[in-house]
Amino acid sequence: METTTRSSAVRDGLGVGLAVGLSGLAFGAAAVTAGLSVAQACVLSLFAFTGASQFALAGVVAGGGSLAAGAAGALLLGVRNALYGLRLADLLGARGWRRLPVAQGVIDETTAVALAQPDEKSARTGFLVTFVSLYLTWNATTLLGALGTSRVADPAVFGLDAVGPATFLAILWPRLTAKDPETRTLRAVAAGGAAVALAAAPFAPPGVPVLLAAVPVLALVLRRPR
Amino acid sequence: MSVWQAVVAVCLGCYALKLAGLSAPRRVLDHPGVRRFAALVPVALLAALIAVQSFTHGQALDLDWPRTAGLGAAVAALLLRAPFLAVLAAAAAVTALLRLAGL
Repeated sequence: METTTRSSAVRDGLGVGLAVGLSGLAFGAAAVTAGLSVAQACVLSLFAFTGASQFALAGVVAGGGSLAAGAAGALLLGVRNALYGLRLADLLGARGWRRLPVAQGVIDETTAVALAQPDEKSARTGFLVTFVSLYLTWNATTLLGALGTSRVADPAVFGLDAVGPATFLAILWPRLTAKDPETRTLRAVAAGGAAVALAAAPFAPPGVPVLLAAVPVLALVLRRPR
Repeated sequence: MSVWQAVVAVCLGCYALKLAGLSAPRRVLDHPGVRRFAALVPVALLAALIAVQSFTHGQALDLDWPRTAGLGAAVAALLLRAPFLAVLAAAAAVTALLRLAGL
């Protein structure tokens, strides 16, 4: 019984890790299209290792905008990983120095796989397998995508500038289509965020409009503390 | 701020956020405001990123037809439950083909 749940955790982890890891190809391509160097793309994948934040920073570099605002937006997107860490801390049982390597693996995919497992042991297995397979694949494909794109004269010809928004849409989609009482709120928040950012775009340097989209959320949370 | 400085800041900050979550006391999670903020902020930011990257160029609002059609192709792929990479490939392919056609 225990071996079956643990081997299904390995299967879940490898499936998610390899499939999502391949999209490092898209990040490498988007980063170089945006004007980041191959080295900068690889450093982000090695050390930031959280897709949405990485794409967000690349987007601001592409727009030639305020890098400080771009970095702030990327960090704000990374706040959810802190919440995942809170939920995973007991489950993973990482104490002392072992928290240091484990922390790097706390992202959307590893959290989803770990929380989907029926018991603590397979949750740890699922987390570890997802983390390792995703980390290796994501970094290898980032390098490939960045190197490949750096040899393309004009990435827009290949439609690579559409990959960034499509990526964010694919990340956002499940949250907007879930059968959940919160879904309506999430849709309203998404529409509001997009509207605020577009309204601010002509008046604020690139990077800032995206940050401003978080302001109505703060108001919503403070107004209705439940 | 140079691009390298921004890259390093994002790397350090993203790692620190992950570590902070693993190390923080439990009662932080019990605060409903914290949970709600962390659930809603990514949705607002992702939607804002889609809007800005699709419909602006620099500081000007800008409708690029091939790119907009590419985004439409991504929506179609998502409705068909296509895998992640297929969604991105559809967006890039439609955009590239329309540009090739000179639109």
